[in-house]
Amino acid sequence: MARRSVTKAHKKIQELSWDPTFVEKDPKYKTDYVLTKGSQKDPMKQVMQSYFTMQEEKDHRVYGAVDGAVRGNMWRQVQPRWMEWQKLFLSIIPFPEISAARAMPLLTEAVPNTEIHNGLALQMIDEVRHSTIQMNLKREYMKNYIDPAGFDITEKAFSNNYAGTIGRQFGEGFITGDAITACNIYLQVVAETAFTNTLFVAMPSEAAANGDYLLPTVFLSVQSDESRHMNNGYGTLLMALANDENKDLLERDLIYSLWNQHAVVDAAIGVFIEYGTKDRRKDRESYAEMWRRWYYDDYYRSYLVPLEKYGLKVPHEVVEEGWNRIWNKGYVHKVAQFFATGWPVNYWRIDPMTEEDFEWFEHKYPGWYDEYGKWWEHYSSLSEPNGHKPIAFEDTGYVYPHRCWSCMVPCLIREDTVFDFVDGQWRTYCHEYCHWTDTVAFRDTYKGRPTPAMGKMTGKREWETLYHGWDLADIQRDLGYVRDDGKTLVPQPHVLFDEKKMWTTDNTKGIEFQSPNILLNQMSDEEREKHMAEYKAGFTINTSY
Amino acid sequence: MTEEKAITEAAGRGTRSIPPIRLTDAEAGAAEFAGSGSRTYNYFEPKGRRATKYEDVTVDVQPDPDKYLTQGWILGWPNGDLGYDASWTSIKSSNWHEFRDPNEEWEKTYYVNNSNSVRQITQSIENAKSENVFQYWNKSWLPMLAKHVSAWSHVDHGLGMYVFMPAQRAAMSNMLNNAIAVNCMHKLRTAQDIMLYNLEISEIFSEDEFDPTIHQEVWMNDPSWQGVRENVERIINAKDWAETTFAANIILEPLVGELFRSQFAMRFAPLHGDSLTGSVIGVSEREFNERDLRYTKEMFRVFGEDEVHGEENRQLMQEWLARWTPYSVAAAKGLAPIWSEPEVKPVSFDDSYEGVKSRFQGVLDDLQLQLPKEVTL
Repeated sequence: MARRSVTKAHKKIQELSWDPTFVEKDPKYKTDYVLTKGSQKDPMKQVMQSYFTMQEEKDHRVYGAVDGAVRGNMWRQVQPRWMEWQKLFLSIIPFPEISAARAMPLLTEAVPNTEIHNGLALQMIDEVRHSTIQMNLKREYMKNYIDPAGFDITEKAFSNNYAGTIGRQFGEGFITGDAITACNIYLQVVAETAFTNTLFVAMPSEAAANGDYLLPTVFLSVQSDESRHMNNGYGTLLMALANDENKDLLERDLIYSLWNQHAVVDAAIGVFIEYGTKDRRKDRESYAEMWRRWYYDDYYRSYLVPLEKYGLKVPHEVVEEGWNRIWNKGYVHKVAQFFATGWPVNYWRIDPMTEEDFEWFEHKYPGWYDEYGKWWEHYSSLSEPNGHKPIAFEDTGYVYPHRCWSCMVPCLIREDTVFDFVDGQWRTYCHEYCHWTDTVAFRDTYKGRPTPAMGKMTGKREWETLYHGWDLADIQRDLGYVRDDGKTLVPQPHVLFDEKKMWTTDNTKGIEFQSPNILLNQMSDEEREKHMAEYKAGFTINTSY
Repeated sequence: MTEEKAITEAAGRGTRSIPPIRLTDAEAGAAEFAGSGSRTYNYFEPKGRRATKYEDVTVDVQPDPDKYLTQGWILGWPNGDLGYDASWTSIKSSNWHEFRDPNEEWEKTYYVNNSNSVRQITQSIENAKSENVFQYWNKSWLPMLAKHVSAWSHVDHGLGMYVFMPAQRAAMSNMLNNAIAVNCMHKLRTAQDIMLYNLEISEIFSEDEFDPTIHQEVWMNDPSWQGVRENVERIINAKDWAETTFAANIILEPLVGELFRSQFAMRFAPLHGDSLTGSVIGVSEREFNERDLRYTKEMFRVFGEDEVHGEENRQLMQEWLARWTPYSVAAAKGLAPIWSEPEVKPVSFDDSYEGVKSRFQGVLDDLQLQLPKEVTL
């Protein structure tokens, strides 16, 4: 369909909508925002007739590349270090994608602009595409990569793992609570406009550098759909900005969304890119450099800040604090260290860092070795089972962290940890903003105004609580992270494919697992104050263990 | 001649830096160890002997606290409802994950299928234009296209945008929601198929012969269409995702949709020299019969045969029949006057309606349901 005729066709399909008269519209999904019918347009001007055929052609290219990768034995050159992290990443990401599809009716119910509804309908179809095309990519990895364990249990593992839960909030945040908070600000304005750049552009580049050209094929095809979604979000955001009553809610939702997604997405993607790669060229961009380019310059300065002239209150301090955590406080490195500490309850392998890695980290993040080098040396020497315990249970000096009640990433920047008695229990938070998210944002009122549509935090938010007092080997069996011989573990602290070097439940039985939050709640006030003071003071890694 | 660099070293031209290719021998079968042969998703029971690709890419992507989701949903609704809540439908299930879409739809299939539908319609119109078949059309038929065939687009749009789109948010498994989402796509596309067909015709005939926007007035005010609109609007406003899917696909579509598409548009058009409309409308008729009705019947068969709740669910479906069938009967009968409008009349409304009544009865028989005594077709 020629472009000019698409414009005409798009104008024509606007005739399809009408205002019901037999019923008084009772929206299924609610918002506390006040939106009045606006004249915002859908600049993408797609109709189904041009859309389906365009997408079919994109699919042909993707599946052609899949065939090429299989026929060309791509897996002879992929880096196991990289592929192992895909067991985590690709277990998580199809759920946020399908959640984005499920989120669209929240907006069709809440946004009084039928032209935008058409854009949302296309987005729904895109998102089903993204979820199932990613599941199919993972299926190819499972069938063709040397170690399929972890891919084979993917959606089960995503459901019962602490890291899966961290990632899951990225999807659950799209589909619950206030329709505008969830689907417009959290999903379209922040997740899609900001973080898909690191997710779907930075990640493919690193995949290609590690011999994997299928992930770029799939994810850059996915990313080519995102511009439509950003436009959907922009139109609705302008409608919200048109009413002064929404200013406080916009401020609340931007703080929550920018902070939460920094905490969650930077944790995951930062680790995949920095610790999942074998490409240690000094001139390749670090995650911090990518973040500066894709997030700070392209999103924050070029998209968000210009909206101030329309009255949007941009929480600059939240963006700057995200950068402060990445650059000055070692957020990504601390998350990687935690993931590696927790390897026995993962469903992927984590390769030890080598001298070449150390040199690169020191070059990109001066001072890295002094803070993390010795611990990674311990990790390396403890990676093969030689009568010792997994590193988390050896005395390296590392203190197993408390978990943040809001973002559920542990409180890894120890000095920033907040603890508070909330809703009848002691909770820990990784930062003041996460404390604010639970105690101020996700509540029935905000700045004195009722917010009856706002969502609620639910569930068993500290994963460790589920297994307090359990034997480690029993936990692994309960999770299903044991291979088909009944004893060899799915996770391994290395990428060696020699069965003699692989850990089994024989190596992990007799080790008791504990929940820091349960212990915290069992302490007296005095013990708790002392404990948290010590926790916030941090730890020193022993030179030997 | 430049010296060849080893493949494992990064080498760029001049200052260019490129990542090194390293051969890792990390392909399947390169080593044998525990788990190295585990190459199928092993966390669900496939329907057949082996999982289909559709199952692999769909099952369990939406997790479930009753299955593996040990921490539960972590974000919920202000009234205490969970992220996905079983209370959003009155249907009960002992296993929400039993349903499999008999159409096995996932992204690759729905792009191929919908693109084929688009191509079929586009090519039919292009062929008609190249042969200028429009010159043979009976001009008295044009108002039927402008008013009635075009008005049907609102039904498809309303069901797609405001019934199936919300329904695909709410069901308790990914397989249920994906099947409903594909249904949503069909309806949104067929609504636009009709609207763009209207656009094509408007470029061939003058506005005196073919009024391209009169369908809006007809949809809102023509007495013949008000029953249909009321039926659609009431389904839009209902909240139970299973009930709205049932009311739309088990009742409205067989009684009203097939009546209008098969009995009116596709039967009357050819006798007025119009061999094109049947091709356009026939696509959506086929999609409903072969795909949307098929998955819907399977969905309600599974609910109706649930080993614990089957009886209760069938009773509930009986109640839904009692609630929704009268609206669709009124909608269908309300359309009767339009059978009198065309110049050539190949079939009476009564005969047409008799056809869909028996068709509707057949759908109910398939689901082991009976027409409620208080309902008259």
